[in-house]
Amino acid sequence: MSQQTIDFTLNGVPTRVSVPVQMSALEMIRNVAGLTGTKYGCGEGECGACTILLDGVSLNSCLLFAVECDGRQVTTVEGLADDPLGRRIEKAFVDAGAVQCGFCTPGMVVQARQLLERTPHPSREEIQRGIEGNLCRCTGYVKIIDAIEAASKE
Amino acid sequence: MPETIQRDSLIGKRITKLDAPEKAGGKTRYIQDLDVQGQLYGKILRSARVHAKIKSIDTAAAKALPGVHAVITAADVPYQRPIGVAKDHFPLKTDRVRSLRDEIAAVAAETEAIAEAALKLIKVEYEDLPVLADPRDSLKPDAPLIHPEPHGASAKHDHLKQAQGIAYRGKPDNIAMTFDYEQGDVAAGERESDVVFEDTFHLHYVTHCCMGVSGIIAEFDPSGNLLMYSNTQVPFLHKREFAEILNMDPARIRIIQPPIGGGFGSKLDIYPFEPITVFLAKATGRPVKLVFTREEEFLASPTRQPVILTLRSGCRKDGTLTFRTVSTLHDNGAYTSWGATTPFVMMQTISSLYRVPHCLYHTKAVYTNNPYAGSFRGYGNLQATFAVEQHMDMMAAAIGMDPLAFRLKNAQDPGEVTPQGMHFKSCGFKDCLTTAAEASGFSAKFKANEADKAKPGRFKRGVGMASMLHVGGGAKIYPSDGCGTILKMDDFGSVTLITGASEIGQGSETVLAQLVCEELGVPLSAVRVINNDTEITPWDVGVHASRTTFIAGNSAIGAARKARGKILDAAAKMAGLNAEELDLRAGHIVEAKNGTVVMTLAKLLRQLHFSDKAELVMTSFYYEPPSKHQDKHFKGDVSAAYAWATQVVEVEVDTDTGIVRLLKVTGAHDVGRILNRLGLEGQIEGGIVMGQGYALTEELMVENGVVRNPGFRDYKLVTAPEIPEMDVRFIETMDGEGPQGAKGVGEAPAICIAAATANAIYNATGVRIMALPFTPEKVYRALKAKEQHH
Repeated sequence: MSQQTIDFTLNGVPTRVSVPVQMSALEMIRNVAGLTGTKYGCGEGECGACTILLDGVSLNSCLLFAVECDGRQVTTVEGLADDPLGRRIEKAFVDAGAVQCGFCTPGMVVQARQLLERTPHPSREEIQRGIEGNLCRCTGYVKIIDAIEAASKE
Repeated sequence: MPETIQRDSLIGKRITKLDAPEKAGGKTRYIQDLDVQGQLYGKILRSARVHAKIKSIDTAAAKALPGVHAVITAADVPYQRPIGVAKDHFPLKTDRVRSLRDEIAAVAAETEAIAEAALKLIKVEYEDLPVLADPRDSLKPDAPLIHPEPHGASAKHDHLKQAQGIAYRGKPDNIAMTFDYEQGDVAAGERESDVVFEDTFHLHYVTHCCMGVSGIIAEFDPSGNLLMYSNTQVPFLHKREFAEILNMDPARIRIIQPPIGGGFGSKLDIYPFEPITVFLAKATGRPVKLVFTREEEFLASPTRQPVILTLRSGCRKDGTLTFRTVSTLHDNGAYTSWGATTPFVMMQTISSLYRVPHCLYHTKAVYTNNPYAGSFRGYGNLQATFAVEQHMDMMAAAIGMDPLAFRLKNAQDPGEVTPQGMHFKSCGFKDCLTTAAEASGFSAKFKANEADKAKPGRFKRGVGMASMLHVGGGAKIYPSDGCGTILKMDDFGSVTLITGASEIGQGSETVLAQLVCEELGVPLSAVRVINNDTEITPWDVGVHASRTTFIAGNSAIGAARKARGKILDAAAKMAGLNAEELDLRAGHIVEAKNGTVVMTLAKLLRQLHFSDKAELVMTSFYYEPPSKHQDKHFKGDVSAAYAWATQVVEVEVDTDTGIVRLLKVTGAHDVGRILNRLGLEGQIEGGIVMGQGYALTEELMVENGVVRNPGFRDYKLVTAPEIPEMDVRFIETMDGEGPQGAKGVGEAPAICIAAATANAIYNATGVRIMALPFTPEKVYRALKAKEQHH
């Protein structure tokens, strides 16, 4: 199993890890870097629970090879604690009742972060489209949409 | 210190979930996120055949792989016992496999990758047996037996264990369970009927799709005690069952539930992967963690019960219901879990949602080689309601009555005791019907759509309603339906609430804290809820049957009232007043009449504690609801309260493509009383969308015992852009037994959607579809069939 050493920035921290070349970014973030906020939900890019920001762009980390993080900025949900917009979104999720079992929540929050950066004042339909790649089984999405809308109005 | 404090209440407010901040920040550690020092990784080898004898298993190559600590098969665990509702299921299969999910061997290794590699090295020889993929085939006289009775030496050896109900017994036929219920005389009912319908409804396979996949960590501590980190919804029942399986003293089994990534009934039974992980921990002497892949979750976690339901119902011209006869065939799958017992709930809807004098109900749950069904939010009620509420519309149309008026004429009233023995002490059913109908403009839309139906046009609008009855005050299925609470106060005025109730995302910890605040006059921030460790928490029967707010809520109130009594008695002595003249508000003892502050609660607690008669305020309470077990005829008042709801669904049908869009759902729910409006709305909205998936998009496709779509790519959950507009109204009937008047509501919102959607599609197109889900293909074919018919 060939290994590769990569250097990247993980939530602002310069990071060097050695990973098998076929390892996913999700596995690397969870099992090598030890950050468990990014969740495994399906492993095939269908549920969005593993959403991260790569150079500020959201994607499913289960579909990304860890080695592709080399030289780039990786932001996970843990990294949003240092980000004013991220914190605003998290608070809005709490206040709007957008969290039940909470398993999809980190992915939703990261996806919302990208949505609001690109579209600071989205319509409800734009919010719905913006999170269509993130599945939630508990909430029926209403309060998640409410939360993102509220965060956009602050 | 303030001079006076007025009484304040959190009841009915929008209270944010206590654990939401840590979950939103990604800090919560679910089972997937936990690691135990020294842990190994477990993986299970599942059957490659749907139905076959196991001729041989060769694990030598797997055992030789570096990093593999154990490879086990049934032969390595001769002590294993059958599990599940009917004890028809060995965790590791002995001589045959009966479905594609069947567990043949398991590996514990240093990494998941090594464990997976080892699985590939295990060689299994099979001898195929004929596959039973349809429950109707299982009933044929020449059908092969799925659970033939054991014979020979092992059968004799197991005789004692069989007598104790802990050994595998086998079955002389393919019938896993039967249920028969009767009230009145259906033949007499039919003679009185002016209109009679008989139809067969087909309910499909769906599965829970919890966002967090199944997982467990099992370890034996140095003293040989078993510790499991488990997602179970029933920790105390689990403890008992594990003790039986492992022949262990239950006192030496401890279950810790990390936060659970979704339940919905899926974690109500014990499943093979759990004892198998314990076997691996036992074999290796190391902690073993086993977590499913998503594909495995689709293949090897339970489903909702698929049912073929034939319903015959009648009414008189004046709209009075006369009788109902129901026979259902439940596809049990290869083993028996809770799905087989859904008739408990189904027959309540048949007999008691409306007043029906004569009812006959038969169920056969039949073994096949398909995946086996468990419990899933609604517990058979979605299936029963789908049939009953379609017939309600059909009968209303046949006698020329408005569907709302027809339902109102037959709806239950408060005080009613039904022939099945259910006593509706509070009942807002008629309010639900009229509220949902008025808020949605049902009757006008229904007539307008009727008129538009025959007009040309690609897109057709339809409106449909359905109602439901469900247990809302627990369900007395087990010897006890109770919940224990331990409450302690520290010398700073903070409360630790230790409850048996499990939290699976529904918000029970927040509601329980609110109820305690109401009694003890402390802010929400002063309450900590402990709810996840059998070594600490008092007994509870589990999180199911929409029972937690009601049962654990009453239990928490009971413990809090005892603490309140102690505090007020002590304060009264110190202040020279009567306890009745005092109240607890915002962390203070006050005079009840004017709110004048007497002292802080913290000070009083300290004076109690640090005195020559030192006392800590600690109380406990066990709440057992005043409900009854059903008798052997399935009659009895099984819940302390009943929940009601009506949902009106508006759809748009694209007659060119068969695509049905859910435009709007108007729901009216009798919840007893709103405790936490935010959490309550969340339950209803989530339930509506789960019901939408059941009606329109979700189907676990099982062909000859093979699941064809084990992934989110092909198993279609509803996504954010597809949700309907929702208008949810609450009917507060202030149930006399409920905590602050509340009733359970967790399952209710998912129950009506499929039935109401069926009625709405009919209203839009004149096509009645009696099989789920309403996929574009199915709807398109039904529309075309109707065109050709004309």
